[in-house]
Amino acid sequence: MVTIKELPKEEYLLKGHAACAGCGPSISLRLLFKALGNKVFLVVPACCTTVIQGTYPYTSFNVPLQNILFESTAAAASGIVAALNQRNLEDVTVVGWAGDGGTVDIGIQALSGAAERETNFIYICYDNEAYGNTGMQRSGATPYGAWTTTTPSGKRERKKDMPLIMAAHRIPYVATACPSYPIDFINKLRKAKEIKGTKYIHVLAPCPTGWRYDTSKTVEMGRLAVQTGLWALFEIEYGKFKLNSPSDRLVDKTKRKYVKEYFSLQGRFRNLTEEDIERVQRWVDEDWENYRKLSSNSVSDLASCMKI
Amino acid sequence: MTQTIIDTANHIAGYAAKAAKVKVVAAYPITPQTTVVEKIADFVESGEMQAEYIRVESEHSAMVACIGAAAAGVRTFTATSAHGLALMHEALHWASGSRLPIVMTVSNRAMGAPWSIWPDFSDSLSQRDTGWLQFYCADNQEVFDTVIQAYKLCESEQVFLPAMVCLEGFILSHTYMPVKIPDQEKIDDFLPPYKGGWILDTNNPLSHSNLVTPEWYMEFRYMIQEAMEKAKQLIPQIDREYEELFGFEHGGLVEKYKCDDADLILLTMGTMGSEAKIAVDNLRREGQKVGSARVRVFRPFPVEEIWKLAENAQMFATIDRHISFGMEGFLATEIKASIFNRKDRPLIAGFLAGLGGRDVTFETIGKIAKKSLKWMRDGKVEKETEWVNLRG
Repeated sequence: MVTIKELPKEEYLLKGHAACAGCGPSISLRLLFKALGNKVFLVVPACCTTVIQGTYPYTSFNVPLQNILFESTAAAASGIVAALNQRNLEDVTVVGWAGDGGTVDIGIQALSGAAERETNFIYICYDNEAYGNTGMQRSGATPYGAWTTTTPSGKRERKKDMPLIMAAHRIPYVATACPSYPIDFINKLRKAKEIKGTKYIHVLAPCPTGWRYDTSKTVEMGRLAVQTGLWALFEIEYGKFKLNSPSDRLVDKTKRKYVKEYFSLQGRFRNLTEEDIERVQRWVDEDWENYRKLSSNSVSDLASCMKI
Repeated sequence: MTQTIIDTANHIAGYAAKAAKVKVVAAYPITPQTTVVEKIADFVESGEMQAEYIRVESEHSAMVACIGAAAAGVRTFTATSAHGLALMHEALHWASGSRLPIVMTVSNRAMGAPWSIWPDFSDSLSQRDTGWLQFYCADNQEVFDTVIQAYKLCESEQVFLPAMVCLEGFILSHTYMPVKIPDQEKIDDFLPPYKGGWILDTNNPLSHSNLVTPEWYMEFRYMIQEAMEKAKQLIPQIDREYEELFGFEHGGLVEKYKCDDADLILLTMGTMGSEAKIAVDNLRREGQKVGSARVRVFRPFPVEEIWKLAENAQMFATIDRHISFGMEGFLATEIKASIFNRKDRPLIAGFLAGLGGRDVTFETIGKIAKKSLKWMRDGKVEKETEWVNLRG
């Protein structure tokens, strides 16, 4: 377990990148590189990172980056991994880095295929809960009630539970993270690097541009997502579910902040009614009941555990 | 030692991938392609082929996995047909735009709806503008030889583009023919180990295929066009070099048969070219000066060769196993465009035949030739596009 003082001084996300001010995904990228170093092949589909890296002939990343089609991050990674195997290059970590639209919607097929084939790579979904690069349209990861440009009065459906979908693939490692908890994220990345097979990390990455909050509040917004229980930090290692700090202290409902605290700070939730907020609070409480059961269960196969 | 085997064109494509020492194969089943990758699966599992076969969940992923593998520095292969190729469409652009020398066999099949599993060129010709080189084969030997030649060509630093090697479904894909497979050492001499134009490298952290502004995009397109022109020069050279080593050549860009003194030239692609030769012989016996030109390479299009053919011929008849709806057969369009600026140019009649696998025999082609000869003598093409053997 790394501490903040032990973090590498090297920066692989360089100055001059083109992210918005207060961009949660770019903070996550910086942490990703700090955790894994530069022996990384990064695969990036169409997403905000297409812009963040900068335009030809420049790049703001100090790692080699393969840009690839929107729905095909995991397929490109599969090809790269196979080539590295053939070349006996074992010291390079292949990382797929895709947004929520590119993961839970258009890219889910390629990701599911790669996971089922036990492709040896780390897939990270950086989730800002909408199609950010195209100007905030609704995705399958957009939460209930959130304004987007294609849900002007707020989305009426719930967020897709991608981490548990990935867990159902019985891959060796699934985790959630948030850049507001950098040490947790880095530890998870380093753990994932050492595990052979498909590793999936879902990062809630707050986006001031789309979520409509002040650019100085990104870290705070991520913390509130975790403190309200709307986003739980957990990992599922070889089927074993474990809540991580500080989420592990939030199983008791009274320890969690009321979801309204999170909603009231973001313009995208402006249209939520009291009834909506109550409904979401109920869902959060149900989710946590499920997390409690998952945490207390010692079965090694999460897929059977989830049937409880 | 050269080995003679009797097998289907699909299996032969698998033998060719093995002989080319492909390292990564990513493919998805579709009729009539499937037996290509079944053969490769056997080769990989038996250890005869030192490669990784990625059993992807779609053709789109097959092409993207090939892109990833080529970017990471190995020789790649895939195969598909019809809807699988159509599903790859976006990734085909990405492969050529990334300048990755991927080789793919296409067992040609007609596009639905309605469903058809039988051959025509509507699948591969719909991918005309994706920046891929396109070869069309007339027999199983040509399939083997062209796959090997395609790697040599695509991996040339003057080219660095992907290629599809097309073979008509069932007519070739499932038809047994004798094929000579040259000695592996000789193939290795002809085709050195893979070397791409670039590679993902942690010591050289570049961003590949990132956003390009209007200031630069056109130059990237121009370079692809330049590479296509270079390929046009290299294809006949490589075909000749191959012939010197292995004894087979396939006509370079255009396989010409009795064209030198021909009044009428029949222009075809694929197996129709073999039937056309028989038709030519029959017509020659009747005293008709007819020749056959099988367009073996559709991209880059052999404009100069067509121009040369136009020097002496009075009449061209194109036979297309495909239609661009609202216009005509692609071959007809390309032939017309190729010679438009000639002062003296032959008349051109376009025929559509064999769509969805309907048989095109030498007899069919003989009828096409006779109609064309009549129009030639009349000095007038009566119908711009004629559908052959269409139900009334």
